[in-house]
Amino acid sequence: MATLDHSNAAAAPRFRDAATEPPGAKFALILIAILFLAFFLALPLVSVFFEAFRKGPEAFWEAISEPDALAAIRLTLLVAVIAVPLNLVFGVAAAWAIAKFEFKGKAFLITLIDLPFSVSPVISGLVFVVLFGTHSVLGPILNSYGIEILFAVPGIVLATVFVTFPFVARELIPLMQEQGSGDEEAALSLGASGWQAFWYVTVPNIRWGLLYGVLLCNARAMGEFGAVSVVSGHIRGVTNTMPLHVEILYNEYNVSAAFAVATLLAGLALVTLGLKTVLELRFGAGNAGGRH
Amino acid sequence: MANTSFATGWKWRQASVIPGFGLSLGYTLSYLVLIILIPLAGLVWHTASLGLPELASLATDSRTLNALRISFGTAMAAAFVNAVFGVIVAWVLVRYDFPGRRFVDAAVDLPFALPTAVAGIALTTLYAPKGWIGAWLTPLGIKIAYTPLGIVIALIFIGLPFVVRTVQPVMEEIDRQVEEAAATLGANRFQTIFRVLLPGLFPAILTGFALAFARGVGEYGSVIFIAGNIPYVSEIAPLLIVIRLEEFNYPAAMAVATIMLVISFIMLFIINLIQAWSRKRYGYA
Repeated sequence: MATLDHSNAAAAPRFRDAATEPPGAKFALILIAILFLAFFLALPLVSVFFEAFRKGPEAFWEAISEPDALAAIRLTLLVAVIAVPLNLVFGVAAAWAIAKFEFKGKAFLITLIDLPFSVSPVISGLVFVVLFGTHSVLGPILNSYGIEILFAVPGIVLATVFVTFPFVARELIPLMQEQGSGDEEAALSLGASGWQAFWYVTVPNIRWGLLYGVLLCNARAMGEFGAVSVVSGHIRGVTNTMPLHVEILYNEYNVSAAFAVATLLAGLALVTLGLKTVLELRFGAGNAGGRH
Repeated sequence: MANTSFATGWKWRQASVIPGFGLSLGYTLSYLVLIILIPLAGLVWHTASLGLPELASLATDSRTLNALRISFGTAMAAAFVNAVFGVIVAWVLVRYDFPGRRFVDAAVDLPFALPTAVAGIALTTLYAPKGWIGAWLTPLGIKIAYTPLGIVIALIFIGLPFVVRTVQPVMEEIDRQVEEAAATLGANRFQTIFRVLLPGLFPAILTGFALAFARGVGEYGSVIFIAGNIPYVSEIAPLLIVIRLEEFNYPAAMAVATIMLVISFIMLFIINLIQAWSRKRYGYA
């Protein structure tokens, strides 16, 4: 960095640009930013991988291949496979209604869609405990039909859907608003049906934004902790997702096993960030909003 | 729907040739009501049925008040740290070119992507008395893990991208001529930044601060590992909800949750006001 600054200074005109900082201040600011990020972001990430392999690769492999860990991985994948498509369909429908039409109360609708972002994950779980618990109206009725929601997979899926609800919609709404509806109008005037316009015009237009929203939604769905923890009941091998499994191992002082499972989630985060960066550079899929 | 009526004046929606309004809005509203509104309304309804005196006594319980105070206090402190460093990070990313800038830019989103439980155990291991950072601080008499300070550290991690990603796009839109004009009029760089640039960035910084704060108040996964969870000292409100649930004390859990919900909705309302105001005044939000 220092060498770069010097070369810049050498190439710069004799009179310093009045609309920028002196090289020293510039260097100091870059240093502050990088040190801050190194301490708060990089170090925790590095420590995850370091702790996971502290007891060697065999212990690592054993921790992620024991039956309870495998059950947790399977459940996490299952929950994401159900929750993400649900919110994908919702996101497309909501973005279509909001971006292609002008109607009263639109701003309020967008605020409602953002609602789950401002609800604590624990409360997102609690609402389903209240709705389906033994003291509720619905819980005992469903129980009498043998349907279990709480402390079972359906509850975990519901809580995950609640928490990841806005992700796809949030990415698509600004994108589709910016694109307008000219392309669809052209397709319709050329004789396309509504569905044809959607599949052959809209979907190709929004595919990168869609992928981007799905990536973020999936990362959150697989990593959600608070909401799932409240509704899951923590039954090992049955209702434990990967983040919950990490917690149980950690609380049992099985730290290196906890970190071993955590590396899988950290790997997912890195893949998500990598794909996201590629999408942004290639297709300018927009920045990650401010609201995740 | 409304476009077939010939009513003049107030119209619920403008006519459009694009099909699918009824289907898409209908689906959107049904899904929203089913997944979000009914469950939230259920919580509010159950809480309301407790009655005001009961609710008031649950809400003013000293353990509840302390948990709320800790949650809001630590979230405020962390959001403040993030507002300062987040602006510096955003500035460096927008204005300076240095090797690895792209990489650093991508890394800012790590807290969005990394599951909170993973962040929680990693930060705890780092700041524990024998951890990489904790081992340096312990001889100085500074304890971070298992104290409220640990909560602040976890919330700084969680909240950082909110400030950076809110401020960054607004910074990118700043017209360089404004700075040149300030310089021509005799302002030094320091004056230009603090009296010309920062006031224009203030709504964005405030929005980022509010988003980081709102997220911090509700955060659970990353905090419970590092907090130590000592009642009255380092027990956060979301954890108290979980504890009350495990005691099958549903009314107390719902009371804490409702107080938190009301405060977060007020926050959401304020954020929307700031954004509407800044759109009006500066043309961006």
